[in-house]
Amino acid sequence: MSVDFVHQFFFVYYPYICLTVFVLGSILRYDRDQYTWKADSSQLLRKKGMRLGNNLFHIGIILLFFGHLVGLLTPEAVYHPFMSASTKQLLAMVAGGIFGIVCFVGMTMLIWRRLFDARIRATSKPSDIFVLLLLYAQLILGLATIPFSAKHMDGSSMVALASWAQYIVTFRGDAAAFVVGEAFVFKLHLVLGVTIFLVFPFTRMVHVFSGISAPLKYLTRSGYQIVRKRG
Amino acid sequence: MKIRAQIGKVLNLDKCIGCHTCSVTCKNVWTSRQGVEYAWFNNVETKPGVGYPKKWEDQELWNGGWERKSNGEIRPKMGGKFRLLAKIFANPDLPEIDDYYEPFTMEYDRLQKAPDSKAQPTARARSVITGKRMEKPEWGPNWEEILGGEFEKRREDYNFKDVEADIYGQFENTFMMYLPRLCEHCLNPSCVAACPSGAIYKREEDGIVLIDQDKCRGWRMCVSGCPYKKIYFNWQSGKSEKCTFCYPRIEAGDPTVCSETCVGRIRYLGVMLYDADGIKDAASVEDPEDLYQAQCDIFLDPFDEKVIEQAKKDGIPDSWITAAQASPVYKMAMEWKVAFPLHPEYRTLPMVWYIPPLSPIQNAAAEGKIDKDGVLPDVRKLRIPVKYLANLLTAGKEAPVVHALERMMAMREYMRARNVEGVDATDVLERVGMDEEMVEDMYRIMALANYEDRFVIPTNHREYSGDTPFDNEIAFDARSACGFSFGNGCSGGSSKIGLFGTKTHSNTMSGRTPQAD
Repeated sequence: MSVDFVHQFFFVYYPYICLTVFVLGSILRYDRDQYTWKADSSQLLRKKGMRLGNNLFHIGIILLFFGHLVGLLTPEAVYHPFMSASTKQLLAMVAGGIFGIVCFVGMTMLIWRRLFDARIRATSKPSDIFVLLLLYAQLILGLATIPFSAKHMDGSSMVALASWAQYIVTFRGDAAAFVVGEAFVFKLHLVLGVTIFLVFPFTRMVHVFSGISAPLKYLTRSGYQIVRKRG
Repeated sequence: MKIRAQIGKVLNLDKCIGCHTCSVTCKNVWTSRQGVEYAWFNNVETKPGVGYPKKWEDQELWNGGWERKSNGEIRPKMGGKFRLLAKIFANPDLPEIDDYYEPFTMEYDRLQKAPDSKAQPTARARSVITGKRMEKPEWGPNWEEILGGEFEKRREDYNFKDVEADIYGQFENTFMMYLPRLCEHCLNPSCVAACPSGAIYKREEDGIVLIDQDKCRGWRMCVSGCPYKKIYFNWQSGKSEKCTFCYPRIEAGDPTVCSETCVGRIRYLGVMLYDADGIKDAASVEDPEDLYQAQCDIFLDPFDEKVIEQAKKDGIPDSWITAAQASPVYKMAMEWKVAFPLHPEYRTLPMVWYIPPLSPIQNAAAEGKIDKDGVLPDVRKLRIPVKYLANLLTAGKEAPVVHALERMMAMREYMRARNVEGVDATDVLERVGMDEEMVEDMYRIMALANYEDRFVIPTNHREYSGDTPFDNEIAFDARSACGFSFGNGCSGGSSKIGLFGTKTHSNTMSGRTPQAD
């Protein structure tokens, strides 16, 4: 198997497999098994550490997610009038670093709780532990990219990775070419990143969708009460 | 005016013997599953006591129910919509399972399988959550049963507000009563208001408040929102669950399981008509002491021609109007004024009402030890302080409770005089503003309490849910289908390992101890 094929697989085919499973799996689960669709909070069983840990984790990861979404998918032409690529890279490194650390502290608390609190451990599904460790690994990889980015502050790496992401979402075939020359830690971060989409529908992560829709529905609900008619 | 009907409930605390039959039958039907071992949709508390979960009545602690803002609007005490959403990652108002109790079972197996030994084998407690042995259960669903534990702890009871509680710690002055509790199926439910997913709803046709198990996402705001702490988070399914008012039974015209099995015949079910447009104003009155009257004011007289006409316009079936006219709940709450809502100060307009208990006075009065207030003993000298009952039932307003207790006492005096002494003590009735017809009715329904007088439940008329019975999935489609099940329980997927999540525990309610140590 040639190195080229490995690149082609992980940076072109694999992302599409992951995104397909992500979309179809989520739709199927929503349609067929909504009873399993939940945030799966364990706060009832152990309050300790939740207020700090869970808030830090969620705030950190939400901001990181939107940072990546905007940072990767905004075409260069759109942000160029406002900032250069190197400014944008610096912004990404600082914001990502801060929220990454916030998230890291929260996740460390949550992982400790999940693995070593008898109640939480006993009521954890394998997927609960898996997903937490997966996100943790991804977060650490993400933080580990910061020193690599610092080596070349011209923004070239960031532009390359963003181009890869934009090529993927716009179905352009030669996306792999952008990442071939990047540092290994970036490549691992990308592969693990799309893997999160792969496992998403089969874990509690589906509550991310509800976390977006519920507040919208709640804030737009007229008044507070809901009365359902018969039938 | 928008008239809606609700199956309301009254519990006659004067007759509750605290046998827990209601709790046990309810548990066997509804919560004998993983994740809700700790949940009792119906429980019976001994009062005074802090209850289950601990101190549930103290909303300074749990932030349940509603609060009135200075501009006269009400909002959930947890906070408005934004503030509530900000609590979604970690809800500071959520009880921990230890506030209820860590559910446990006993190692009954050991009693049969232990090897020969000098000492008797013992069945030790095992947590059904961790599967580990518990050296000593520290709290349970009914730890304070019949005044169990020290008075110092029970003294924390919220209803001791403005009561000189310490004297009731002395043996000679002690008192107790039972308080069976279930979901109040409120007119202004704060659990519904707190649910970001919109999964909780009130049924228009009978007022039952339910959680859509498919729509619930487990944000657990309802658990805090409910001031009665009658929504339970299922730690296995990750969804909230609550008393269903046994809706499949109610729809068929049968009483709830707790009511059906009540050996003391203390439970009553009947239709109440109310003005749905008046809910908001009734829940927003300034003085909490006025909330009881405000709620009474939105109940409608089922004999009033105008009410009947409007009720028909609003789609209430004739059989429901007839049932409302024979409703024991309406009689007790509205005609006789002997039943009261539980903690109206939470502003949820609860629909499970309570008749306050009389307590020992009659015997003592006969011995000349207690002052008579005219023809009746002075109810303020009852062993259970009136203020305590008022804190429980009328936000502290004593007059309605006194009035109710006097009427109940008058009923006893009158019937005793007639049956024992053979005289009509009409002076007793006059004293409390009742006539003979009324006291006969009260006696029949409250004292004799025959089945058909206690439960006046019209069937649900499922056929009205579509234009014809074929237009909705309930009346005919669901017939001969899979019945009551969670999730897509009736459509395949029976393998033990599910694609979208697998249970972590086998059912520990089977009597088997969890095998993990």
